[in-house]
Amino acid sequence: MRTRFQQGLDDLRTRLLRMGGLAEQAVDRACQAYIDRDLARCHMVLEGESLINSAEREIDELAFDLLAMQQPMAVDLRFILAVTKINSDLERVGDQAVNIAERVMDLVELPKADLPVDIARMAAAVSAMVRRSLESFIEGKAELAQAVLEMDNVVDRMRDEAFITLVKTMNERPDVTRQALDALLIARNLERVADHATNISEDVIFWVRGADVRHNVSPEPPLHQAITDTH
Amino acid sequence: MGVGIKVEHLNAWFGKTQALHDISMDVPANHATAVIGPSGCGKSTFVRCLNRMHETIPDARASGKVKMGDLDVYNGTAAVQIRRRIGMVFQKPNPFPTMSIYDNVAAGLKLNGFTDRRRTDEIVERSLKLSALWDEVKDTLRKKSGASLSGGQQQRLCIARALAVQPQLLLMDEPCSALDPISTGKIEELIFQLKEKFTIVIVTHNMQQASRVAEFTGFFLLGRLIEFDKTEKIFTTPSDKRTEDYITGRFG
Repeated sequence: MRTRFQQGLDDLRTRLLRMGGLAEQAVDRACQAYIDRDLARCHMVLEGESLINSAEREIDELAFDLLAMQQPMAVDLRFILAVTKINSDLERVGDQAVNIAERVMDLVELPKADLPVDIARMAAAVSAMVRRSLESFIEGKAELAQAVLEMDNVVDRMRDEAFITLVKTMNERPDVTRQALDALLIARNLERVADHATNISEDVIFWVRGADVRHNVSPEPPLHQAITDTH
Repeated sequence: MGVGIKVEHLNAWFGKTQALHDISMDVPANHATAVIGPSGCGKSTFVRCLNRMHETIPDARASGKVKMGDLDVYNGTAAVQIRRRIGMVFQKPNPFPTMSIYDNVAAGLKLNGFTDRRRTDEIVERSLKLSALWDEVKDTLRKKSGASLSGGQQQRLCIARALAVQPQLLLMDEPCSALDPISTGKIEELIFQLKEKFTIVIVTHNMQQASRVAEFTGFFLLGRLIEFDKTEKIFTTPSDKRTEDYITGRFG
């Protein structure tokens, strides 16, 4: 094995895990800030964004160098491609955490409203998805990633329920419209974080199995079919 | 037009040493097929079995079935007749040094008793055009010797010489390993164009080259064909761990 190349791959893995940790922490902090109406945590999320952004750039640069200098093949090529896509998803997870923090900052300015929606439960489900998608990457286990894909439907349902409930609240209690709207936006942000966790899991499956599981695409035709098609 | 090649249970020996073990492979017509693998894995032996050059080595023999279109390569067909349909290009360009560029290209025709001068002129021009060398040598065809050309030009001259006899199959045994990247690029571009007219089998150590020029790739290891598939499959998601270990540089 090419030592320098292996070191590059190890470096890429380590940096992505570090970035995953930052993104996961940002979501957890933003959700906790919502639960506790904690402005300090909101500021921590906002300040942490630049760390995530610079980590994204560094990972992209390293991946680009490895592609250009080492011309990776097969599992190594799939790994680097997966890393670049996961990198992009993690950066967007960070953006969603910032969006949540900004909504919380708005909510803290408003009178506390008792809304009929369990954002904390949704946040726990979404955090679990992010954590497990990163675990599937660390362990290189497609089965773990597959389990995350199945959780996405649960979060989608939570988002739909939150939407229906909060729109009804806005109609019935105009005095809490702004709080309900903030909560609705947070539910949407969380659902998007779940989508990114789903993407990360799909990329892990692509890396480990070489299978594209996005959008239920049919597999490639077998070789004998390919050769027959050439005649 | 090129023809498909069907190889079934091909075995080859050098004396008592078996170099190929039970190779079966369908090489599709009018496509480039790459043969890759570490040194000594049997790649060159395999292509030399396709045109029966293997048997020219003392003590070397082969068994099994090779069909080139309707022609049975190992059963009832003279080796000369087979080789007339198969062009071969080697690792090191080997133009005939004392012959002019023109005579180099026409050598195969003359050897086959072809005497029509006007027709020979046409074939030489067409072959040099096909090998993308015509524009560079058209004014010095009869003045310059083949050996006076650069390495890349010499290799294209050898390709023109192979094409002049209008083969159906072109075998290339590491055709770019002695060339610089620009000459390599020209040969690769040539392979891309030639496969419209010929079937090409290329042995290469350069996996990027295999992935650039070939639609199908076979991976050989210790005389066995480990995996044969579409090139993009071999280089992105090979089925066999040994293929993956080789192409990712984990051994070999």
